[in-house]
Amino acid sequence: MTKIGVVIFPGSNCEYDALTAMTSLGADADFIWHSTDTIEGYDGIILPGGFAHGDYLRPGALARFSPVMSAIAQFAKAGGAVLGICNGFQVLTEAGLLPGALQKNRGLTFLCQPTTLIVASTRSVLTRAASKDQELSIPINHFSGAYTCDDATYEQLIENDQVVLRYKENPNGSRDDIAGVSNVEGNVVGLMPHPERAMSTLLGSADGRILLEGFLRAPVSAS
Amino acid sequence: MNFPVTVTVTLRAGIADPEGATIERALPALGFDGVTHVRAGKSFHMMIEASDEGAALEKATALAQRLLSNPVIENATARVGDSGWGAP
Repeated sequence: MTKIGVVIFPGSNCEYDALTAMTSLGADADFIWHSTDTIEGYDGIILPGGFAHGDYLRPGALARFSPVMSAIAQFAKAGGAVLGICNGFQVLTEAGLLPGALQKNRGLTFLCQPTTLIVASTRSVLTRAASKDQELSIPINHFSGAYTCDDATYEQLIENDQVVLRYKENPNGSRDDIAGVSNVEGNVVGLMPHPERAMSTLLGSADGRILLEGFLRAPVSAS
Repeated sequence: MNFPVTVTVTLRAGIADPEGATIERALPALGFDGVTHVRAGKSFHMMIEASDEGAALEKATALAQRLLSNPVIENATARVGDSGWGAP
């Protein structure tokens, strides 16, 4: 059985949603406290949404220095699947595991709404079960979700097929409608939308399953 | 010796600043005309123990780069001196 670790920082608040999403898809999942400095026996790691360390200074700025992040960097370097959702995405960019940064939304409002995403690449561990250009309904819930990067980084993203998901209608001012990116290898992915909140049509959408089932698909390392 | 240090963090040129833009748009309504290029940022004040002013500045610059700013989108500048924040 695939084993997934869900990291909890002080201030995380989507860890139970992420854990439940994983177990509902048949995975074995448990929590990893942020002060843990080794992670062993996991096939994949999720950094959930929330406000790690209060989002003080900048979202993800302090979480980056939690002991678990060094272990996650090693895990990622070895090809392990790492997924950062919302605040988890912000943490991964601050930690330098993903390129770019997340800025305050264009309209300076907290956005909590369904969005339509378009699958831009199926090369990543998150989108490998989806089809290119497939539309997915997944909600967003953030204040600092405007993806930004310099021109050189942007060119690299395009050249290496690292843009994973785009918004159909840009809600927050993200550069080139970017909703999620991966590292060059495709085994580390971050996105602002919440696939773990789109697991059932009863609650609006089950499209998150397509992404998270892909994340769990063996082999867990990127193809 | 302890030196009072101020670190100022601002968004890099070319990075959109919705906060600064919103402040700029609000100013004319309050009667402040002719104010342009508003950029929002942060400042941090601290005491730094160092052998001399140069060493304090070096330490401040290093910590500003490593933690106080995100070099992807922000610039940080450090300066030594009591800037009126109530340094002890």
